[in-house]
Amino acid sequence: MSKYRLKLDKNRCIHCKACEVHCKSKNNTPLGIKLGVHTSSLPVMKDGVPFIKASYQCCYHCEEPACVDVCPTEAMKRRESDGIVYVVQEECIGCEACIEACPWHIPVFNAATNTVLKCDFCMDRVDKGLKPACVTACTTHALSFGEKQK
Amino acid sequence: MAAEESVYSVCGMCSVRCPILVEKRNGEASWIMGNPHSPLKGGLCARGAAGIALERDTERPATPLIRVGERGEGKWREASWEEALDYVADRLKEITAMHGARSVLWSDRGGPFVDLHQAFMRGLGSPNYCNHDASCARNVQHAALSVLGMGRKLVAYDFRNAKHIILQTRNILEAINVAECNAVMDALDKGCKLSVIDIRSSVSASKASNFFMVRPGTDYAFNLAIIHELITKKLYQADYVAKYVDGFDALSAFVQPCTPEWAEKETGIPAERITAFAQELAESAPNVIWHPGWMVARYNDSFNVCRTAYIINALLGSVGVKGGLPLVNTPKDVGRKGLKKLVDLFPKPEEKRADGVGWKHPQFDAGPGLVNLAYDAIATGDPYPVKAYLCFRHDPLMAMPDPEALKRKWEALDLLVSVTFSWSDTAWHSDVVLPLSTYLSRESIIASKAGLKPQFFVRKRAMQPLLNTRADWEILCGLAARLSDVNPEMKKLAFTSIEDIWNYQLQDTGVSVADFAAKGFVELADAPLYREVEAYPTPSGKLEMISGKWSKANIDTLKPYTSPARPAPGEFRIAFGRVGVHTQGHTVNNPLLHEQMPENVAWMHTSRAEELGIADGDMVEVASAGKSAGRMKAFVTECIHPEALFMVHGFGHRLPVESRAIGRGVADHELMPGGLEVWDRSGGGLSLQEHFVTVRKA
Ligand code: SF4
Ligand code: SF4
Ligand code: SF4
Repeated sequence: MSKYRLKLDKNRCIHCKACEVHCKSKNNTPLGIKLGVHTSSLPVMKDGVPFIKASYQCCYHCEEPACVDVCPTEAMKRRESDGIVYVVQEECIGCEACIEACPWHIPVFNAATNTVLKCDFCMDRVDKGLKPACVTACTTHALSFGEKQK
Repeated sequence: MAAEESVYSVCGMCSVRCPILVEKRNGEASWIMGNPHSPLKGGLCARGAAGIALERDTERPATPLIRVGERGEGKWREASWEEALDYVADRLKEITAMHGARSVLWSDRGGPFVDLHQAFMRGLGSPNYCNHDASCARNVQHAALSVLGMGRKLVAYDFRNAKHIILQTRNILEAINVAECNAVMDALDKGCKLSVIDIRSSVSASKASNFFMVRPGTDYAFNLAIIHELITKKLYQADYVAKYVDGFDALSAFVQPCTPEWAEKETGIPAERITAFAQELAESAPNVIWHPGWMVARYNDSFNVCRTAYIINALLGSVGVKGGLPLVNTPKDVGRKGLKKLVDLFPKPEEKRADGVGWKHPQFDAGPGLVNLAYDAIATGDPYPVKAYLCFRHDPLMAMPDPEALKRKWEALDLLVSVTFSWSDTAWHSDVVLPLSTYLSRESIIASKAGLKPQFFVRKRAMQPLLNTRADWEILCGLAARLSDVNPEMKKLAFTSIEDIWNYQLQDTGVSVADFAAKGFVELADAPLYREVEAYPTPSGKLEMISGKWSKANIDTLKPYTSPARPAPGEFRIAFGRVGVHTQGHTVNNPLLHEQMPENVAWMHTSRAEELGIADGDMVEVASAGKSAGRMKAFVTECIHPEALFMVHGFGHRLPVESRAIGRGVADHELMPGGLEVWDRSGGGLSLQEHFVTVRKA
């Protein structure tokens, strides 16, 4: 995986979905497409108190990304410096091979541009020493981002 | 691509007004985060995150509109700003010439920027400034006045230093105030306990160590039993009570019969849980915050529910102390001068208010009045005719119950104007729509925020409006200029730039406009100040268990409990509430927030659903007094009290101009026939949950 890790503290998460909306707003992602997906289960009663399960999934930025290997035009790239996996829109031909190849089908097809979109850890922000949009603006700072401990 | 520049501003999506930092690209807002210098530390909720989608949305009033068809028919002619402002000013001149200045009514959504609105109304010479609060926090405001002698916002909630937080009528993690959510989560991380009393399992309840799912409408009984336990088991803070509490003996006698066993029959909460809970509270005293509520326009005894919340805080010694409900500080309290008020440009009108507040209802807070009672004045002409109504960023036809009845009350109006950034039922029903710039493309006046560390803050324009909209100051100062020929006083409010207004406000404060550049706000104290309380501003100088002011108005503040009606077989009590991604109906058509939650669902208990043959996900029709309010999906769950049917407020839009919101879900306020007349006489709030509905599989 990449140098970085994005983590959700489930106790702090209030299921408010700001992470998703910030990701969409910052990356100007078309309606119907999400690069970061927050999932909350429906509440169920457990020991007299409702229980809601939460998770946040974006791209894992794999060490040996299947999506990069399979890409015929090399539009899908892995950055050597920090392992961020990203798509160069101009080079993407929309064949969707990366979606098939990714074990979690993370990349999403954008019919409007005939290209694939995917989380790039907001690399424009990371390059400026900032955190991804979803992390910076998570309502309760339940999401964290940083270099992985080896 | 890197952001070119950024602007500190203030969010305007809900009522909280969080401090924000807006990043810009090519002159337009490109991303919004919470102000990193504020306690938000960058965090901002989903509604705030969707602000740019609001600015870009063209499904909102794009230019001034003047009605050409019947009210509500949706036939408009587009007008220039000059023409629209001339039109409104001319109508106001005609109406005030004929019926006097007092015939003009105003309502808004309250908040930190209302000084300008109040100044406009005072300049006109009308006492009838109102806000929306009869359908929101009036009961808790009046409860605070009756116990503490001061308004609810004059005490803070010191969550970070609390050991036990109790939420009742305050769903803090879904009706989101970002700074508060963080303070609560930080406290919980440090081991603070959370208890939630609600009829439904909210997100807040999911973080609780105690969750009490009470029978709808029995919160007062629950609280009385807690008071009973605190007193009879001597769990209260005796020294504090001796020093600060007035009427303790009367309270003790009053709660004598309110045993946990009695409350169990009312609330459905086992007596031993109530006893144990009181014990737990005492262990954390005085660092306890029993939240008195915010949106409390719910039951006929909501005022007393809020009052007993304050009373429990008083017994636990948490009012006025660190880690409880300390007093907030105004600029004056920290040795600074406050903002110069725009209302002070004009003398206070001597006329009495149309809603009767301050004379017919002497116990109520005259500030924003009770707008529902002002509507009665429109309909009846008593105490005098009200003929013009200016509605600012407020949608009474969605916020108040029974919109058809409300429209009838408004029939006698000669002028109904909406100043609004989104379409709303009220705007659609207006004579003139003045499109307000979104909070991203307008400035606001400087606001003052009392707190442990008081501050001034300012909303700056982050971008130019994409549609033909204007800022509130541009609209009101423009009207003031036009009214100056018949009302020369109004010239004083005819400012032509926001800087002139800011400089007027800041004179004498020692703060300049440039001081806001660094962080977007200016703090008036270096550290939080916990002020020692000498006396409370009540008649007795103490926290009043029986309110002197209310007694004088013949209102019993230790009101005997009345058991709420149980729904008839096949019926449910209507209950509504909030969700993190939407607010007040006006976000349902926002593209990004609509994508998150396009419709509301009806929460019903598994046992009731079975009875009615309804399965989770089925379409159901919800009706009140035989009249359907539409169809929605059922959410069948154990997580709601069997007597209640819950839905998120703000859905069920019917306007053709809102393509995403139209026809989605059900509007709870349409399920409250006669609801305008059902309100808490002691507290002034509407009783929006005193209504019953039926549900059938559609
Ligand atoms: S923004 Fe943060 S708190 Fe809200 S849902 Fe996302 S992870 Fe959870
Ligand atoms: S898209 Fe899938 S395969 Fe590619 S880096 Fe992300 S998680 Fe790994
Ligand atoms: S890292 Fe950036 S692109 Fe990825 S989910 Fe978070 S906000 Fe979206």
